[in-house]
Amino acid sequence: MTLGSEFAHALVVCFAAIFTGNILLTTFLGMCPFLAVSREVRTALGLGAAVAFVMTCTCALNWLAYRYVLVPLGIEFFRFILFIIIIAAFVQFVEMVIERVSMPLYQSLGIFLPLITVNCAILGASLFMVIRGYSFLATVGYGLGSGLGWMLAIVSMAGIRRKLATNRIPEGLQGPAITMIIAGIMALAFIGFTGVLAGR
Amino acid sequence: MSATPVQKRDLVLDGLWRNNPVFRQVLGICSALAVTNLLLNTLVMCASLTFTTAMSCLTVSLLRRWTPRRIRMMVQTLIIAFYVIIIDILLQAFWPAMSTALGPFVGLIITNCIIMGRCEAFAGSHAPVPSLLDGLFSGLGYSVVLCLIAFCRELLGMGTLLGRPMPFFGSELWNNWVIMVMPPGAFFTLALVVWFFRSRQGAPAQGGGK
Repeated sequence: MTLGSEFAHALVVCFAAIFTGNILLTTFLGMCPFLAVSREVRTALGLGAAVAFVMTCTCALNWLAYRYVLVPLGIEFFRFILFIIIIAAFVQFVEMVIERVSMPLYQSLGIFLPLITVNCAILGASLFMVIRGYSFLATVGYGLGSGLGWMLAIVSMAGIRRKLATNRIPEGLQGPAITMIIAGIMALAFIGFTGVLAGR
Repeated sequence: MSATPVQKRDLVLDGLWRNNPVFRQVLGICSALAVTNLLLNTLVMCASLTFTTAMSCLTVSLLRRWTPRRIRMMVQTLIIAFYVIIIDILLQAFWPAMSTALGPFVGLIITNCIIMGRCEAFAGSHAPVPSLLDGLFSGLGYSVVLCLIAFCRELLGMGTLLGRPMPFFGSELWNNWVIMVMPPGAFFTLALVVWFFRSRQGAPAQGGGK
């Protein structure tokens, strides 16, 4: 493939990951923080941005590690441990850099960073990119698209939940249950995008 | 030994009902909802998860005296990853079709918050045998709910159970609810299950989220 067509493919993969294959609404990854941190738009935005950034970078790093370390050595089964370590190390690294460079950013983003290590969407994106056999550019596009898609979902959920705060909800349905019903309706809306992009 | 003696009966009841991971704590639903559109996949997934939870809790508990507190998270993750890799390799070797069907979700057991949660909250400070039981019954409590969801989704969405057509639901009298096997169906079913069990239990709901 030429560079141009590969770039186009990466773009299609990116948009597909945001809309038709939204990582949260079609594969349910990252549900725990989604339920816990979707009460305020501002915090949801902060977490979403952090997830999008970390996901893009770790997908790229994991692709390189998988392609140039695990495959030549023939130890692909080792990928779970390697990916987790890379993600944890990267998050730690970013935390240190942000702390040095920008204190305000650290204070607004700081609490979310440790949460990200255990966000299954991050590991999930890396595992999906291995299974689907993406090229490097497509992997970057996929990581970015998945991250943005996750951010889109959690920010819209936070917006909806703010409206819900004033409504009366049956006792058993409060909290996670009503959030999941809303997520289901959002997933229905996202199904509408199916077929718009055939990029997989 | 642990400071407070733990009743085995309490462990069983907590895991299965009073403190059920899914509808009480709403943990670990991330990696498993996607496989609940077929009962068979769900059973395999649940068996893997229960095995991993029980064995990880046991191992964490056995090693708890030699694990420095600062790096315990990393140690726990590695222990969990170790068992997940065993399951992944076994599935690939003996049941390749199932391995493909579950895709990345076997690997995602590692980040399932239930396992980490049980290791951190219980196994890290209790003796091996109660930890094993705690892990086992948390895993089973989780499995029961997931199987219930998968049962509804497969029956209503495809009219089959374990791939076999069911009377009435498999016949022409029943229009398959395709939405049930698609992602929104999982959200709706889980929400209804959580709602049902929480109102049965009658205890006050703990805020939102975790």
